[in-house]
Parts: sequence; structure tokens; C-alpha cells
Amino acid sequence: MTTMHSHWQRFTLKQKLSRYSVYLILLLALVQSIRTVEVIPEFFYDAPEQMADMFTRMWPIDFAFYSISVHDAMIETLNIATLGTLVTLLFAIPFALMNANNIVASPISHWVARFFLVSSRSVNSLVWALLFVAIFGPGVLAGVLAIAFRSVGFVGKLLAEAIEEINMGPIEALRATGASWASVLLKGYWPQVLPAFFSIVLFRWDINVRESAVLGLVGAGGIGVVLSDAMNLFEWQRVAMALLAIFAVVIVAEIIVVQIRKKLL
Amino acid sequence: MAGITPSTHRDNPFKRNWFVTGLWALLITYLLYSVQAMGLNWTRFSEGLGHAGQLFERMFPPNFARWELLLSGLAESLEIAIIASVTGIILSLFLGLFAARNLMPNWVTVPMRGLIALCRTFHPVIIAILFVKSVGFGALAGILTLVVASIGFIAKLFAEAIEEISLKQVEAIRATGAGFVSLILFSVMPQVFSRFIGFSTYQLDSNLRNSTMVGIVGAGGLGGTLFSAFQRFDYDFVAAILITIIALIMFGEFLSNIVRRIFR
Repeated sequence: MTTMHSHWQRFTLKQKLSRYSVYLILLLALVQSIRTVEVIPEFFYDAPEQMADMFTRMWPIDFAFYSISVHDAMIETLNIATLGTLVTLLFAIPFALMNANNIVASPISHWVARFFLVSSRSVNSLVWALLFVAIFGPGVLAGVLAIAFRSVGFVGKLLAEAIEEINMGPIEALRATGASWASVLLKGYWPQVLPAFFSIVLFRWDINVRESAVLGLVGAGGIGVVLSDAMNLFEWQRVAMALLAIFAVVIVAEIIVVQIRKKLL
Repeated sequence: MAGITPSTHRDNPFKRNWFVTGLWALLITYLLYSVQAMGLNWTRFSEGLGHAGQLFERMFPPNFARWELLLSGLAESLEIAIIASVTGIILSLFLGLFAARNLMPNWVTVPMRGLIALCRTFHPVIIAILFVKSVGFGALAGILTLVVASIGFIAKLFAEAIEEISLKQVEAIRATGAGFVSLILFSVMPQVFSRFIGFSTYQLDSNLRNSTMVGIVGAGGLGGTLFSAFQRFDYDFVAAILITIIALIMFGEFLSNIVRRIFR
């Protein structure tokens, strides 16, 4: 009788080789990057001191500044985020329908939808904002459109995935009754994706609140404008107030969204 | 005879839902309010559409004549993304371990979780501004920014992944008399490593995107080139940069898909 002489190994040779080659390539890329990147080491050693200096300038926080301009700008930021999310839906829902293979079966429509969704996600919201500031001039309109165009890819992709995961039974039942295309969508698909839909939209709204806070840096309205002005004038105590307001709003938005999503799913 | 008497009255199977109707009314009120409050109007929008036509005319054909500038910006973006991702991933590995509530006592996890939450709250651009003010313009500020952003994302998800592991294997390894380091290496890591790789490739992807953006506030990379091209109204060069960024990001997505397949 022969005995088994094989030594147990968690991975095959091929797996090991490919894993080690990933590590090796990453290491080479890292070494190459560190060698070529232009960093002045003195600035790095100096960083903690400079940070401490910046934070001492920020203290005490200028709370009076809140009612002067932070409050209105913050409301504007929230409006940009909300309106941007709503405008997104106008574009995201058609693309999601085109991208879901249990609604439209043609590969051409998938490619078209995917092209728009990927380009929307690839361009950062700040870059979208730069483009729209160049088109519509500085102001809220550019901010709303930047948020909307950046979110289309995110919402469209997740919504298409949610649509593809639904149970096709009710759809077939509805089709068998001779229901029209619109009825199948409204009474068959919509009730099934409803929780996922609200969860995705709320999640994106939460991200948009963060993003709309910085759009002002390129002139697209909101709290970012106040922040950038205060920073250009070196009014660090006001900068601290604006940062504190952003911090508070972002935390509150996240808590609200997490609570609602817990109930939805 | 108990015949079938057709009832004259039938309930509508699709009743009007007053809650939903209320939500629609709320939505429309909000739209009216916000459009009015922000002073959005149609003339500005339609005028803008005319500008958009002009802008696109000036953007095409994209101008790759200054490809050296483009390439140096691209290289810097890549360097920032790689250094920041590796540093951020290694730091997150430790921070995530210390923030997992089933491995560490409360006095360790609570401050760690606070630190991670702080890293996540601010948008990378705000962090980038603060770093630019403290360490000066250039790639260093970008690297530090993306390290902070990576910690906020990976360390949080990694800690959550560790909290979901099966403790049986931990007990089994502990029963052999293994020390703390062996415990982590042989019972915790095998259970979470593939998920950790998943988060890391995602973050590498997102760092690549963000490395093309932090330059807008002066933290190095292609964003700076883009911003100055915008300010000089070189829209054909802007188009070239945008195409490069999109190509870079698609290439990054392709690479991270390969890495994910290898580590599955």
C-alpha cells in the first residue's frame, strides 16, 4: 500500500506565482515612485510644527462669523446637494433602465448606457464644476449641475444592479395579463426596487453633502466660497468656524442617512 | 341556490397611497422653494447652453502638442497614488486591527475609531488644502491627503470585516499556545485577507481618481495642470487632459480587476 507523500499547500504554484508577481510589481512601482517623486524632505520633517502653528492660529474659533455668512452658505450647500441629487435622477433612471439586462436586452443599449455612466464617474466633481463654471459662470447653477453629472454614474450603476437582482415572477405574471410596458415598469419593477432605490439615493445624497461643501473652491457656490475667501485672507479663526460647520453638517447628514437606511433594508 | 352574485362594487387593487402623494407634494414644494431661494432661472440656463456650444467647439480637436507637460503631470499623479496607497494600506492594516472590537479592549478601540471617523469626515480636497498650507505646494501634500483618505476608508471596512470573523479558529490557534502575533497571522488574517485586498484595490482605484484632483488646490499631479489650463482658457489642452484622465482611470479599473481575480 502506498502512502500519501503530498504536502498540503493552501495555494497552487500558479496562484503563488501570480500573487508574488503582484507584490513584486507593486514594490517596483513603489520604489520607482519614491525615487522620482519631487518631495523636499525638509518640508516633511517640518510638517508637524507647521500643522501645530496652523491650528494655534485657528484658535479661538470665531463663532460670531456663523450668523454673518456661514449659516446662509451652509443652507445653500445643502440645497446644492439636494437639488443636484434630484436632477441626477432625471438622467440616472433612464440609463439604469438601459443598462439592466432584464429590461432592455440589446447589447448596443448597454454599451451606450455604460459609456455615459463610466464617463460620469471618471470625471471628478471638482472637474465637472470647473467645466460648468466655464459654461454657466460662477454660482449655484454650476454647483448643482456638477453634483448631478458626477452622481449619474454612481446612481445609475447601482440602480441597474438592483433592477437586475429582482424576482422575475411578478413581471411574467403582469405580462401574462397583457399589461402595457409602462404598467409592467410601474407595478412590476418599481415596487421591488423601491427600498434599494431610496437607499442608493440617500447614500448618494450623503456623499453629495460632502462634495458640495468643496465645490465653492472653484467658484460653484456654497460654503466652499466662504472657506476659500477666509483662507485667502488668512482669517484662520473664520476658516475654523467654516470647517466646524462642515464637520457638524456632514456628521448629522450621515447619522440621518444611516438611521433611515437601517429601516429601509 | 347559492349562485355567484357578481358584486357591483369592486375595490381598486391599486389604491392611492396618501403617504406617497404627500411625499410628491413635499418634493414639488421643495423644488419650487430651492429654485427660488438659489435664484436659478431659465434665461441663465439657456444662455449657458450657448456658451456650452462655444466651449465644445474650442475643445475639439484636443491638443496634445504639450504632451511633455501632460506626461510629467500624469507621472506625478501616478507617483502620488502609488505611494499614498501603499502607505495608507499598511497603516490601515494596523489601525483596523486596533479598531476591531472583538480583538481589542475598549480603551484601544474607542480612540482608534474616533481617529478613523475623523479621517473620513472631511472631503479629500479640504484635507488637501490644510496640508498645502502646512507642508507647502507639491506632491507631498497630495500624498499625505490620500493617506488620510485611505485610512478613513480601508481601516473602517477592515475593522468591520474583522468583527465578523468566526472566533472558533481564533480559539483553536490560541489553544496551541500561540502568541498574539501568531494569533493574528494564522487565525485572523486568513479569514479577512481576501476582503482586505478587495478594499485595497478599490482604494487604489479611488486614489488614482483623487490624485488627478488634489492638484486643483495645489497638491501636485495632473489636477494642477488641468486647473492652470482652465484658467488660461486653453480648452483644447483641457480636453486632452480630460481624455488622459479618463483613459488612466479605465486602465486603473482594468488593473484592479486583474488583481482581484488573482487574489480571489
